[in-house]
Amino acid sequence: MAKNKKNSRSMSRRDFMKGFGSGVVGGSIMLQTLHAAPPPTTGTFKDESNRVELTLKVNGKLVQTKITPHTTLIELIRDKLALTGTKVVCNHGECGACTVLLDGRAVYSCHMLALDAHGKEVITVEGLMQGEELHPLQEAFIEKDGMQCGFCTPGQIMAAQGLLNEHPHPNREQILKGMSGNICRCSAYPKIADSVVAAAKK
Amino acid sequence: MKSFSYHQPKDIREASNLLGDNWQDALLNAGGTDLLGLIKHDIEKPDHLVNLKAVKDLDKVRYQEGKGLSIGALVKLNDLAAMDIVQNKYTVLAEALQETASPQLRNMGTIGGNLCQRPRCWYFRGDFDCLRKGGELCFAADGENKYHCISGGGPCFIVHPSDPAVALLALDASVTIAGKDREYTVPLHDFFVLPEDDVMRENILQPHEIVTRIHVPDLPSNTRSGYIKFKERDVWDFAVVSVAAVLRMGSERIEGGTMAFGGVAPKPWMEKTINDALNRMEVTDTNLDSLAQIAFTDALPLAQNGYKIPLVRNLIKRVIRTLNA
Ligand SMILES: Cc1cc2nc3c(=O)[nH]c(=O)nc-3n(C[C@H](O)[C@H](O)[C@H](O)COP(=O)(O)OP(=O)(O)OC[C@H]3O[C@@H](n4cnc5c(N)ncnc54)[C@H](O)[C@@H]3O)c2cc1C
Ligand code: SF4
Ligand code: FES
Ligand code: FES
Repeated sequence: MAKNKKNSRSMSRRDFMKGFGSGVVGGSIMLQTLHAAPPPTTGTFKDESNRVELTLKVNGKLVQTKITPHTTLIELIRDKLALTGTKVVCNHGECGACTVLLDGRAVYSCHMLALDAHGKEVITVEGLMQGEELHPLQEAFIEKDGMQCGFCTPGQIMAAQGLLNEHPHPNREQILKGMSGNICRCSAYPKIADSVVAAAKK
Repeated sequence: MKSFSYHQPKDIREASNLLGDNWQDALLNAGGTDLLGLIKHDIEKPDHLVNLKAVKDLDKVRYQEGKGLSIGALVKLNDLAAMDIVQNKYTVLAEALQETASPQLRNMGTIGGNLCQRPRCWYFRGDFDCLRKGGELCFAADGENKYHCISGGGPCFIVHPSDPAVALLALDASVTIAGKDREYTVPLHDFFVLPEDDVMRENILQPHEIVTRIHVPDLPSNTRSGYIKFKERDVWDFAVVSVAAVLRMGSERIEGGTMAFGGVAPKPWMEKTINDALNRMEVTDTNLDSLAQIAFTDALPLAQNGYKIPLVRNLIKRVIRTLNA
């Protein structure tokens, strides 16, 4: 059941992007696997069109692109890279829906400039899966019913991964504190906490 | 969001030159967690952003016995909070950092940016052309002022939003500022300004000036310190009132100490009478009650925030009891 849910969702999303996404998926983006992103450079980043070069890793792939400096990280992820698993709710750093990992730590992708991720590694919810295998956190959220409408879930899962990176075996207090930057409008909090506990045991 | 060009200078001098002499032209971007909110709301409209990430040493923390702690302005709040020396020696700072914003914001926000964040007054953040934005009126004075200041106010009544600043003030910290042609260090106490001195800025910085480091003196080994933040929700929220205490504990009594307060004034606040009274004070119920009674006697609450006086008085007692336990 879990697997079907995942397959049908991710397939249809990918197909959707293939079919209709060319307008938003920038032509200048290169996706290829490399091991290291370059260190930050100095200077003024501006060409005639005020677009600047950006290099970072997203879900293990090197991304080299040109963006306007006021592009936020979530705009890069969703609009340019077409990774729409990460959601935007408040767009003001207040709810956690847009949480991704930056060099292993949870950040709000709506509230930072994409340029501030230059030379760093971003992991989105799509990057947690190993091929078609669900990540233990994703499995735990399904097993423990850690969601109702599911809209906050990608952010909850990424915040949980950030927490587990810091505390592989968190106690209840660390879980409550570590997850406190993520709001759930459906108030699924007890089951979200249970899901994190279950994932930590995997 | 408004567009701007982005600069990444290699040293402070270059950064300062890029910032120039006009708040409207260029602004520093550290973690961006406050800045992006301000730009998204059209409160700041910079043409240029200057990023400090390529400037060396600003992300380093050093501790030297006898000299204390030196914190680079770009150190992330969570990195600072996680340091053993901060947790063990500068507990009040660790506790204030852990109470700041949310885990994600602490992974993004820097200590320099935190000290320089703009106020949270809802008129300032909203679509109101108030005094602090160059307008004619303070809308809070006769408006919704439940969260505004009880001391140091007029003609604007903000509270300073930073938690770490309150802890740093109680720790007698100072900040180093670098500008176009000079570098200088001032006590944190003199870094922040009241609206009566400058209604449009919260600190002494000129547009071309940059906070580079924060220094915290070393502490005697009998120091105990703590931070209590009263907020309306259990998860992230700005302080309604907060209290930082740094006390030197003798065997029978407090030898001396300092307290600082958040959520009560346009800048992190201290009261000399309180610090004086802490001198050789024995921790008894009677003494705590008298201490609370002399606290904030000069406060001038607005229509909706008189509750902050008993609140801050109770927090003073609570923090001393906790540290004395
Ligand atoms: C939802 C939310 C909740 C929050 N809750 C709290 C809270 O409970 N307690 C609290 O203390 N804070 C809170 N904050 C504020 C947060 O802690 C600050 O936004 C953060 O610390 C700012 O750091 P930054 O590096 O992101 O600064 P930026 O956003 O990059 O900069 C902030 C401002 O300071 C200037 N600046 C940055 N660095 C320097 C420097 N070195 N020298 C001179 N000027 C500089 C910038 O130009 C800008 O005007 C909250 C913020 C949000 C969005
Ligand atoms: S308190 Fe200050 S920031 Fe708020 S409305 Fe009044 S002048 Fe503006
Ligand atoms: S969408 Fe980024 S924190 Fe709400
Ligand atoms: S499950 Fe609906 S918002 Fe969290």
